[in-house]
Amino acid sequence: MILSGIWEQISTFFVDLWITVSTFFIDFGTDFAHQFYLAFIKDDRYMHLVTGLQNTLIVTFFALLLGVVLGVVVALVRSSWDKNHETMRPGIGKSLLGFFNGLCKVYLTVIRGTPVVVQIMIIFFVIMASSNNKILAGVIAFGINSGAYVAEIIRSGIMSIDGGQMEAGRSLGFNYTQTMIFIILPQAFKNVLPALANEFIVLLKETAVAGYVGLTDLTRGANIIRSITYQSFMPLIGVALIYLAMVMFFTWLVGKLERRLRSSER
Amino acid sequence: MKDNNAMQPVLSENLIEVKDLQKYFKGGEIKALDGINTEIKKGEVVVVIGPSGSGKSTFLRCLNLLEVPTGGQIFFEGVDITDAKTNINLHRQKMGMVFQLFNLFPHMTILRNLTIGPMKLQKKSKEEAEKTAMELLARVGLADRANAYPSQLSGGQKQRIAIVRALCMKPDVMLFDEPTSALDPEMVGEVLEVMRDLAKENMTMIIVTHEMNFAREVASRVIFMDNGMIIEENTPDELFTNPQSERLKNFLSKVL
Repeated sequence: MILSGIWEQISTFFVDLWITVSTFFIDFGTDFAHQFYLAFIKDDRYMHLVTGLQNTLIVTFFALLLGVVLGVVVALVRSSWDKNHETMRPGIGKSLLGFFNGLCKVYLTVIRGTPVVVQIMIIFFVIMASSNNKILAGVIAFGINSGAYVAEIIRSGIMSIDGGQMEAGRSLGFNYTQTMIFIILPQAFKNVLPALANEFIVLLKETAVAGYVGLTDLTRGANIIRSITYQSFMPLIGVALIYLAMVMFFTWLVGKLERRLRSSER
Repeated sequence: MKDNNAMQPVLSENLIEVKDLQKYFKGGEIKALDGINTEIKKGEVVVVIGPSGSGKSTFLRCLNLLEVPTGGQIFFEGVDITDAKTNINLHRQKMGMVFQLFNLFPHMTILRNLTIGPMKLQKKSKEEAEKTAMELLARVGLADRANAYPSQLSGGQKQRIAIVRALCMKPDVMLFDEPTSALDPEMVGEVLEVMRDLAKENMTMIIVTHEMNFAREVASRVIFMDNGMIIEENTPDELFTNPQSERLKNFLSKVL
């Protein structure tokens, strides 16, 4: 009884889908070129997408830089504290590290506990209320947001490296920082590369909410076209394909890097 | 720093002095080291034996401060390295350490494993560091593996590389923490062989091991530890054939 009900719902869904798709092709199929012309060519409307793509890439790139720098610093503070606070000699160094560790924990909790849309609106409308620099607001908001996730990814990478590696580095005479730079971080980075790549993809797509503060990113570019032509299909499918192409290109790039890092060990 | 060459005759000089060394865990609940006193002279080969949990590894790891002692003092080449003002990183360059699990750097070639220390810490040129590394590699019979990665080597080869990595820093003392315990039986010999050669060259060595025959053969002194204390120390012949304490007799009856 229940099963047949579900089956009915599923089949209805597919029938509806088929009707939608076929209606589209029947109504617009012969008219495809004209629709394309209206959405992108006429009055140089594709420029909305070009501007949007530019802004999306600028925001993503600089947010990425900010996120990685923030992430590495926070990860180093957190993992240094976690691994050493029990054995550290009491003193200024320990108190300072403890303080920064607390600060990092607050940062992680707040950023990961609130939606990025809210964060970017707070940055633009509250903190940067006197400025109208939307790109800067975007870079800061997405950078700070991404940093929290990158920090946890890199921290997991650092914690995954066997303790013997740190001991071996220290026993040669490297100090803590040198051992981190030469020995721990290169291995940690390689281990978390897939997770990092995933975070970068998320970041690229997440910038789509920048339209909330009026930043003309790729998604908002499509929305502008939509509001001019009153046609949704072309601009939305268009940007979806552009996002997809970028993500696929990036995935391919990371795959190449991963293979290269791995092959060096065989 | 003192000039070591000026300190002949070598055997009279204390390289390491340990005074009332203590290491407690869990706020004193566990006494891993409970007042260790000993001296290690230049050129000595000291083998530390004892049941598991006796504190012998902790003792060794305290000597280069991988474990920070709870109390007591360690003088290395006349400097109190347990003093918080001492820069331990400088002194560690003179104390080579070999671990049970090798701890080679898996993301670097063998040659890079061997040269990174001398190049970054002692500011040696790449050519100079590689020349030293290749000479030492040839001595342990692994010159042809210079460009391999650690994952491509057997356990015995890895441990020989680990010994060479420590030697590349030109240390004054070598610390061995159960260097053969993680090896397949047929690979133990090749590692002991390298250590035997080192001992012949008058390298000062402190070795924690379960290889009693090896201890008997190369040691100039054997230390028997139990419950975080030194129970007996003596020449290997005396210690193995004429044990004084009940605990050592008991231990030897189980391992020999």
